[in-house]
Amino acid sequence: MKYIDEFRDGGLARSLGAAIAREARAERRYSFMEFCGGHTHAIARYGVTDLLPANVRMIHGPGCPVCVLPVGRVDMAIEIARRPGVILATYGDTMRVPASGRLSLLKAKAQGADVRMVYSTADAVRLAEENPGREVVMFAIGFETTTPPTALAIKMAEAKGLGNFLVFCNHVLTPSAISHILESPEVRELGTVPIDGFVGPAHVSTVIGSRPYEFFAEEYQKPVVIAGFEPLDVMQAILMLVRQVNDGRAEVENEFTRAVTREGNAKAQALVAEVFELRREFEWRGLGAVPYSALRLKEKYAAFDAERRYGLADRQVADHKACECGAILRGVKQPADCKLFGTACTPENPLGSCMVSSEGACAAHYTYGRFRDVSRKAAAAAT
Amino acid sequence: MCLALPVKIVELTDGDQAVVDLGGVRKEISLALVEGVALGDYVILHVGYALTRLDPAEAERTLATFAESGLAEPASA
Repeated sequence: MKYIDEFRDGGLARSLGAAIAREARAERRYSFMEFCGGHTHAIARYGVTDLLPANVRMIHGPGCPVCVLPVGRVDMAIEIARRPGVILATYGDTMRVPASGRLSLLKAKAQGADVRMVYSTADAVRLAEENPGREVVMFAIGFETTTPPTALAIKMAEAKGLGNFLVFCNHVLTPSAISHILESPEVRELGTVPIDGFVGPAHVSTVIGSRPYEFFAEEYQKPVVIAGFEPLDVMQAILMLVRQVNDGRAEVENEFTRAVTREGNAKAQALVAEVFELRREFEWRGLGAVPYSALRLKEKYAAFDAERRYGLADRQVADHKACECGAILRGVKQPADCKLFGTACTPENPLGSCMVSSEGACAAHYTYGRFRDVSRKAAAAAT
Repeated sequence: MCLALPVKIVELTDGDQAVVDLGGVRKEISLALVEGVALGDYVILHVGYALTRLDPAEAERTLATFAESGLAEPASA
């Protein structure tokens, strides 16, 4: 398809790889974090790692909404779905996320809860229209890309006078998560890795623009290159990061100019600002409580807020003991370092959230990289 | 989750709706989050909504940059 295939050209990828190898200085190491799961997926699927020199290493970041959603919030969604008369509408990604007591939304559905997968928030509003006697709750998750559609759905329900449409809001913010990785003492205590720069979000940046990263590049002296989700975009961004590090620069550069501007989408930003406000803090899997990192509905839209209507309180639930999702989300461990990886925990039967979504580091590595590990080990044993 | 695709607008329908072509598949999407999108434009489609217009000139420039980067001589070592 146009604007996709050209950005996956193998020949160009090899020459970009050669350029990175030429320009990366042999005497130093480069560690870059790709924040987004979309980049993690592209790196695994297209074997980008194999095109990079040994001293350039990519660290997977926490930018996978399904992965960072803590068990407690999934438990709350199941509790909502089990309320009599409720239809829980959800994006497909959340269906298999493990919750407490070996449950998931999929299993709750099998046990009789009315959980419906929707493609769009508009479908959830339609469900509310078609089922006036039921309450339809949208399980709203995601970063800045899915937030404007949730805001639109609330406005649409308001305009149509739908009193039976509600939102269980779990929207989280990218810039606060990036800062948290670098500055939080808890995260430092839990363990982090040195990061020389960031591959910045693609589609999130179409909405918020490149400006929000400027403070961050300046304050923490880390280069950021916003990149599209295709493999050539990622490789070009890595080359730009290598150049910034070599020159001692820490700037925000934009590789994804075909879709991202400095200002972003003003219309979408205005909608979000009208409907949502910051939460004081929000729990992230792997990062703990991150201040001002998530949104909730403003008082004006309280009637649409499932947490308020049902009087739901936050709860803290520990992850599976052997699960390394937390450390993997901070970039400290690789999927293959986890004892459960590929044995007890697989995409068909995930124990940890990073194995659920195709953007999760574990699912991406399981699908595209696990045999490479095997052949590497075999080669090492043979020598 | 944040996955989104470039799609071509093939029909503008009522209100903020449009029909797009996605590699041969036609689908109705919402243009409520964007402004000034015309027939034949490409937009980035995400969960049923166009997030932004895709700039074809910038796409060409980026592709040209890839080619240059690959050919470039080593920077002063």
